[in-house]
Amino acid sequence: MSTATAASQSPTYVRVPSEPRPRFRDLCRMEWIKVASLRATWFVLIAAALATVFINLNGVHSDLQYLDHDLAHPRGITPDGKVWHFVYDPLRRSLSEIAVQLMMLGGSAIGALTMFGEFSTGQIRTTFVAVPKRGSVVAAKVTVLCTITTILAFVVALISFLGGQAMVASRHVGLSITDHDAQIAIAAYTLVVPVSALVGMLFGAIIRNATASIVGVVAFLFLIPAFFGGDKYRWVVELRHLFPGNAESNLTYWTHDPYTSNGRWPASHLHSWAVLVGWTVVSIVTALIVVKKRDA
Amino acid sequence: MTRRLGSVVPVIELTELTKRYGDKTAVDHLSVTVRSGTVTGFLGPNGSGKSTTLRMILGLNAPSSGAVTVEGRPFADRPRGLRHVGALLDAQDIHGGRSAVAHLKSLAVSNRIPLRRVGEVLEEVGLAETGRKRIGGYSLGMKQRLGIAGALLGDPPVLLFDEPLNGLDPEGVRWVREMFQKLAKEGRTVFVSSHLMSEMEHTAERLVVIGRGRLIADETLVDFARRGSQATVLVRSPEADALSAILAAEGAAVAPAADGGLTVTGLPADRIGELAWRNNIMLAELATGNASLEKAFMELTADSVEYAAGENR
Ligand SMILES: Nc1ncnc2c1ncn2[C@@H]1O[C@H](COP(=O)(O)OP(=O)(O)OP(=O)(O)O)[C@@H](O)[C@H]1O
Ligand SMILES: [Mg+2]
Repeated sequence: MSTATAASQSPTYVRVPSEPRPRFRDLCRMEWIKVASLRATWFVLIAAALATVFINLNGVHSDLQYLDHDLAHPRGITPDGKVWHFVYDPLRRSLSEIAVQLMMLGGSAIGALTMFGEFSTGQIRTTFVAVPKRGSVVAAKVTVLCTITTILAFVVALISFLGGQAMVASRHVGLSITDHDAQIAIAAYTLVVPVSALVGMLFGAIIRNATASIVGVVAFLFLIPAFFGGDKYRWVVELRHLFPGNAESNLTYWTHDPYTSNGRWPASHLHSWAVLVGWTVVSIVTALIVVKKRDA
Repeated sequence: MTRRLGSVVPVIELTELTKRYGDKTAVDHLSVTVRSGTVTGFLGPNGSGKSTTLRMILGLNAPSSGAVTVEGRPFADRPRGLRHVGALLDAQDIHGGRSAVAHLKSLAVSNRIPLRRVGEVLEEVGLAETGRKRIGGYSLGMKQRLGIAGALLGDPPVLLFDEPLNGLDPEGVRWVREMFQKLAKEGRTVFVSSHLMSEMEHTAERLVVIGRGRLIADETLVDFARRGSQATVLVRSPEADALSAILAAEGAAVAPAADGGLTVTGLPADRIGELAWRNNIMLAELATGNASLEKAFMELTADSVEYAAGENR
């Protein structure tokens, strides 16, 4: 009876028909606010960017000390009797591998943070109540993450490249920004960072725990490739070519010095681009599946 | 802002809802309909499956079998949720590194809710002053309030709360209860879980009681109280002795209460009133004892308490 009484008194709440149409850009704004409102994000990104630029400019600066001497006496003989001719590699220092690894590290940490930051705290449940369609949340995270890391990495690559070339310009060994090799190198130096960020996001989505995600992605990006060193076996070299860091260094390699080599069985540029695209696709698709399938 | 319609429709509908974790069945063929316009309490001992059920309602956990709809469709199918359901599952389900304002802003933006709502809900829950501070430094009660603010953000017709009174001071508890009742009066559906009957007593009008994931009761609070065999009623009458004899004859156990009244066990209050009226006995007071609800709850869930401390009392 009290049921009936309650029922006849109770009005029903009805939805006003004018619920605003859902837009993807609102989700991107949500993710942007989330990323930007964490101090850790800015700390990691700015520290990585400053360190990278510093290492690159400092590297070129230290080249200057012996550059004039080497350019004046370009011919040399190696201990085993081979004759070589000094050629200055304008890319090796200004877009150095060790420095981009810092950017990759920062990018992958931020990528992992976008996922484990939500899953390990339970924030993800709050997010999914606001936006029950999980796929669109992941898509917004990917968009924001790639935008931030790409812009930052591009700025870092440009400053490193232009700064480095400016320092050696008076010796006429610098490259112009219009140079084809330079453009490919800058593109690779930039794009490997969002790719690393996406790989980090994948680890964060699978592992969901802060420390374990970071350890996992660092191991994947930097430690595991180290096991595939050397030029002895072709399969080892080919496995090495599958890692994003290796693709980046292959694409930034300056091919105009006949006296140095990029190792045996070098990968083609197409192969390296395919590796970067491949990890992008694998990371996004796997993260989508994992986030959709598992309980939040 | 309230939008009303004449009749009642089921708002949250659970059909044979089941969740298994390995060989453990957390929620077991639960069929419940939660209606609008009332506060419905969701009760069960620890580990009985309340939180799991709420997470399934919200599409956060996928049911092993069965189905659940909110406003007629699975919640997980909605592109945006905050204008449909507001939920506070766990006050800790929040990233501590942001401010309350940033947190609520990110939620509002995603659902195209005007940003002025952020200030409004913060004001409403009493966090207007601390809104710009990092959530990590908030007390449990403050996080609870922030969670409620998030639930209210989209002005939703359905509200789910998992143990919302945890960590609140007495003033906070009173405030939350009044808010629930106000929300229900506006025609909304308010579904509130708790493992303490005493919390529900002054909050809910209807009860859904579960134990070990199974439905035990789904009825009004009044009906539920009658279920307890040990329900006690306090009666006061100038003709206590005569009343006492009549009640005893009906099979009730009657004991004198400390202050001259009678404590009656085994008869519901309305039956006692009826007997007194028939026998021309004046009653000075007739009240269902507070303990009866708690007792009914304890008795009914006794078989399904999983994590009992020591033996059953
Ligand atoms: N992710 C999980 N994996 C395995 N078992 C789980 C999981 N989540 C819940 N359970 C189990 O399911 C049962 C129901 O848990 P649930 O948290 O829903 O209970 P509850 O009624 O909310 O309890 P409480 O009053 O303590 O909050 C418990 O026995 C719990 O151990
Ligand atoms: Mg619970």
